[in-house]
Amino acid sequence: MTMVKVKLKLSQIEEGDTLDVLLTEGEPLESVPRTAKEQGHHVEDIRKEGEYYHVIIRK
Amino acid sequence: MIDFTESQLERYSRHILLDSVGVEGQQKLLRSRVLIIGAGGLGAPAAMYCAAAGIGTIGIVDADAVEVSNLQRQIIHFTDDLGSAKVSSAREKMEAINPDVTVEPIKAFVNASNISDIIDGYDFVIDGTDNFATKFLINDACVMLDTPFSHGGILRFNGQTMTVLPKESACYRCVFHKPPPKNMIPTCSEAGVLGAVAGMLGTVQAAEALKYITGAGEVLADALLTFDALPMNFRKVKLKRNPNCAVCSERPSITELRDEEQTVCDLK
Repeated sequence: MTMVKVKLKLSQIEEGDTLDVLLTEGEPLESVPRTAKEQGHHVEDIRKEGEYYHVIIRK
Repeated sequence: MIDFTESQLERYSRHILLDSVGVEGQQKLLRSRVLIIGAGGLGAPAAMYCAAAGIGTIGIVDADAVEVSNLQRQIIHFTDDLGSAKVSSAREKMEAINPDVTVEPIKAFVNASNISDIIDGYDFVIDGTDNFATKFLINDACVMLDTPFSHGGILRFNGQTMTVLPKESACYRCVFHKPPPKNMIPTCSEAGVLGAVAGMLGTVQAAEALKYITGAGEVLADALLTFDALPMNFRKVKLKRNPNCAVCSERPSITELRDEEQTVCDLK
């Protein structure tokens, strides 16, 4: 469901705006940045914050 | 702004994940209106997939009641529904599959005098009827109202389907001109039909409706898909608009709807 939620949020922001996503390690961290790139978005940053990975996606 | 409830996000997640559907495509489906003419072998699977997909409003037209011989292929009707109006039985199942969907049951036979009012206001029509006269009537009405539709026909182990974008792609009459002579083509009630063949074709028609509404891929326009389930061969034949078509050409000879002579026996 993570990618579904990310897709919904991306659809709600303007082109050029960024979306901050906190992902857990494993499948979400592997698939969300990859799918976002495949769909033409930019993954600006991925950094570890405690138990999450903070991913910034620019639409 | 596009928004979904948590439960809708989950329900439609497999659509939303598809690049060519996505959040926007699902929103289009939820706002769309599809009319299914016939709640039989083709209409049953088409109605179930349209409901499951979250087509916001689904009209379903049929004047018949559920009979036991229907149950071998008309999977929206259950044994408990015998004797009930097909449109009521279908509505119950569609709403049970997906409460997001509004079903508009229309208990009627379509004919030249009511079809325009029935079709009016729908974005796409699925022809799930079982006789040539009605297929031509649906074609002519959809061309006149500029409503895209999916034609479908099945017999024995065979199926055929095409999608018509009025005045853009070949219409049913461009290709088949007029109903075949009476008794030339047997009906399913005379010659039989494999239940799953109805499911295959009705499902293709549902997929065409979903593709048309979301804009995913290309619909089966200017093409006739035929299959024979015995060897399981599929063929796609290219079609062209007929510049002299009686209904969709520049100078049509058919300018008002009429009921063709019923060219097949009454179907059960």
